[in-house]
Amino acid sequence: MILFEAKNVSKKFSNHLALNRVNISVPGQSIYGLLGPNGAGKTTLLRIINQITAPDSGELFLNGRKLSSKDIANIGYMPEERGLYKKMKVSEQAIYLGRLKGLSNNDAVKRVKHWFEKFEITDWWNKKVEELSKGMQQKVQFIITILHEPVLLIFDEPFSGFDPVNTEVLKNEVLELRKRGATIIFSTHNMSSVEELCDHITLIDNAESILTGNVADIKHKFKPGIYEVTLKGDSAEIERVLNNDYKIISMKKNGGICTARIKIDKTVSNNDLLKLLMSNFHIISFSELLPGMNDIFIDLVSKQKKKTA
Amino acid sequence: MQNKTSLIIAREYLSRIRKKSFIVMTILGPILFAAIIVGPAWFATMEDREVRKIAVIDSSRLFINQLPETDYLKFDYLENITVEELRGNFSETHYYAVLYISHIVTHTPTAVQLMSDRQPSLNIRMHIANAMEKEIERQKIMAYDIDNLENILQSIKTNINIRTIIWRDDGEDRESHPALAMIIGYVGGFLIYFFIFLFGSQVMRGVIEEKSSRVIEIIISSVKPFQLMMGKIAGIGMVGLTQFLIWVILTFIIVAFAREVVFTELQTPSSDQVVAEDIITTGRGTSSLLPETQPAGGEQYSEVKQVFASLATINFGVMIGSFIFFFLGGYLLYAGLFAAIASAVDSESDTQQFMLPVTIPLILSIIIMMNTIQYPESSLAFWFSIIPLTSPVIMMVRIPFGVPYWEVALSMALLVLAFLFVTWLAGKIYRTGILMYGKKANYKELWKWVTYRN
Repeated sequence: MILFEAKNVSKKFSNHLALNRVNISVPGQSIYGLLGPNGAGKTTLLRIINQITAPDSGELFLNGRKLSSKDIANIGYMPEERGLYKKMKVSEQAIYLGRLKGLSNNDAVKRVKHWFEKFEITDWWNKKVEELSKGMQQKVQFIITILHEPVLLIFDEPFSGFDPVNTEVLKNEVLELRKRGATIIFSTHNMSSVEELCDHITLIDNAESILTGNVADIKHKFKPGIYEVTLKGDSAEIERVLNNDYKIISMKKNGGICTARIKIDKTVSNNDLLKLLMSNFHIISFSELLPGMNDIFIDLVSKQKKKTA
Repeated sequence: MQNKTSLIIAREYLSRIRKKSFIVMTILGPILFAAIIVGPAWFATMEDREVRKIAVIDSSRLFINQLPETDYLKFDYLENITVEELRGNFSETHYYAVLYISHIVTHTPTAVQLMSDRQPSLNIRMHIANAMEKEIERQKIMAYDIDNLENILQSIKTNINIRTIIWRDDGEDRESHPALAMIIGYVGGFLIYFFIFLFGSQVMRGVIEEKSSRVIEIIISSVKPFQLMMGKIAGIGMVGLTQFLIWVILTFIIVAFAREVVFTELQTPSSDQVVAEDIITTGRGTSSLLPETQPAGGEQYSEVKQVFASLATINFGVMIGSFIFFFLGGYLLYAGLFAAIASAVDSESDTQQFMLPVTIPLILSIIIMMNTIQYPESSLAFWFSIIPLTSPVIMMVRIPFGVPYWEVALSMALLVLAFLFVTWLAGKIYRTGILMYGKKANYKELWKWVTYRN
C-alpha cells in the first residue's frame, strides 16, 4: 500500500530549477531514502512535503488523499539545520512544539515525560537549551519530531552531528518506529545507513530523479557481473583456463589457495564460469559481488555530470 | 488554526512578561519618570543647605541692612574697610564673596561688583541684582514725595494669569491649559515613539532569533509563516500594552499618594470658583487682589494648585484611549516592517541598510513633534498627523490641544488601512525571507519575494 506519493513535482526558484518533475512513491511502514549530492533538491522536496514551500506544479498525496494543511498533524519533520529556542526550557519547548502540531496540553506533557524517561534525560527538564551539548540537543530535537506520533516522519540528514553511539541509538529508534507502523523518509549522504535501513530509495541529481526503486532490485540491476571465487590451485593455471569471455580483475594468493575476482562477459553466464572452474580446480567458495550503494551513487552522479557537461 | 495562533501569542507574551528586565522596567518606569522630574529640583535645593555670608562694602550707603536675607544667604555690612584689605586675608574671613557697591550706583548699572576667589553662583547674583533694583526703584519713587506711598504701592501690585478658552460649536466652551497640553502631548508623543522603537525592535530580534537558531523550519512545518508573524507581533504588542497599563495605574497611585500626603493642605478650587473670585476682586477695583490670609509662599502654592486644577480638566479617558489606539496602530504598522526586515537578514548586524528607511519617518516624527507642540494647528502638523507613518506620534501630540473629530477619524482610518497593506506586504517578504540563508538580500530581491506566488 502506498502511503505517500509525489507526482510530477516541480519547483523553480528565481534563477534555478530546484526540482524537475520528480516522482516518489513511498510504501506504508517502510523506510525511504532520498539520496543525492549537495544542492540536488532533496531539502526542497522535503520542504514541499512538509508544506513549508508550495510546488510550482505537481501533486502530493497522503493515504490516497490530496495533501492538505490538516495533514500537518500527521507529519513529523526534523530539518537538517537543527534548531530550538536557546533561552527556552527544554520541557516547555517540547510541549509547546508538540501543541503546535495539534496535541492537547495534557497529552503533550504526558508524552514528553514518557520520552524523557525513555531517553533517560529527565534531569534536563528544567534546563535551558543553550545549557545542553549539541548531541543532547539532537536528542531533544528527535523527541520533538516524533512526539505527536505522526504516520509519516521526515528526517533531513538525521545522522549528521551524531557520534557513533548515538547514531546507533537513532538507527534503532528509526527501525522501532517502522515496526510500530510509521513510514519514514530521510535524506542522507551516509550510504552505509542507506544499506542498513532503507527499503526503497530515490536518487536525485540536478533537480531530477535519476534512479528510484527497491534497494535490493537496484543492487541487482547495477551489479557489474563480477564473481569472487576461492579455490585450491595456482594463479597461472587459472589464467590459462579462462578464455577471452572472462577477465581477471584481482588475484590474491595465500599458500596453495587463490582468491580471484573475475568479470564475465554478457555472452556467458555465471554457470559457465563455474563449470569451467569446477572441471579444473577444487572450489572452496563462489559468490557474486553486489555493488555498494556508494558505488552506484558515485557512478550515476559522475555519469550525469558528464552528460550535462 | 486559530488555536495555534493563540499558542504562539501566549508563548511570545509569557516568555517576555517573565523576563526580569520586563519586571524591572515596568515597576521602575514610573519611579524613574518621577525621579527625572523631581530629581533636578531636589538636587538644586540640596546645594543651598550651606549658609553663605557675603561681605557688603556699600559706599553709596543706600543698601545698609536693606538686602533681603534667606535661610542660606546672609549679608555682613562692613564699614571702614577697603576691598583691598579684605582681599588680603579673604581666606580667613570665611566670606563667600565680597559685594562692592559704588556710590554712583543709582545711575550706573555697572557700579556693583561681586568678588570672590571662586565662581559665585548665578542664583546669588540674581538675588542681589533683583533686590537692589527693587530697592533703587523704591527709593526713586520715594523721591517724588507722594502721600500714602506704601499703600499705593501695595495696591498696584498686579498678577496676570491669562486663561485660554476654546470656543466650540456645541456651545460647551472649554478652558484649555496650553502648558499642560504641551506636556501631555510631548509625553504622549514621545512615549509612542519610544514604544514603537522598543517593541518594534523586539519583534525584529525575535524573528532573527528564530531564523538564526533555525527553529523557524520546525515551526513553519506546523503553522503558516503569516500566523507565526502575526502571533509574534500580537504577543509583543500585548506586552507593550501590559507595560503601559501598569505604568498608568502606578502613576495614578503615585500621583494620588502625592496629593494625599504631600499636598494635604491644598484645596483645589474648581474653575468656577476661580472665575467667581476674579469677578469679585475686579469689582473691588483698587482693593488688594491678594487675600491677606495668603501665606508667604503663596505664589508657589497657587501654581501647584493650578496644576491640579488643570489636571482635573484633562479627559484622561480620551487621552489613554487615543494613546492605546495610536500606540497599537503605530506599533502594528512598524512591527510588520521590522518583521519583514528581520526575515531578510541572517543576523542583527545586517539590518542596517533596511533599517534606515523605517527609522527615518520615526525620527522625522520627533522633529515635527517639536514644531507641533508650538503650533498644533499648523498645516505641517495637520499633514503629518494624517500620514500614517508619522500620524501616531504627531496626532498624539495634537490631541491634548483638541483636534476636530473628522481629522482624528481620518487619521485613524488611514492608519488602519496602512497597517493592513504593510502587513500584507511584510507577510509576503517574511514567508520567503525566513527560509533564505547566506544570501545578502537587496531591495530588488525583496520585491521579487513580494511578487512570488507561494
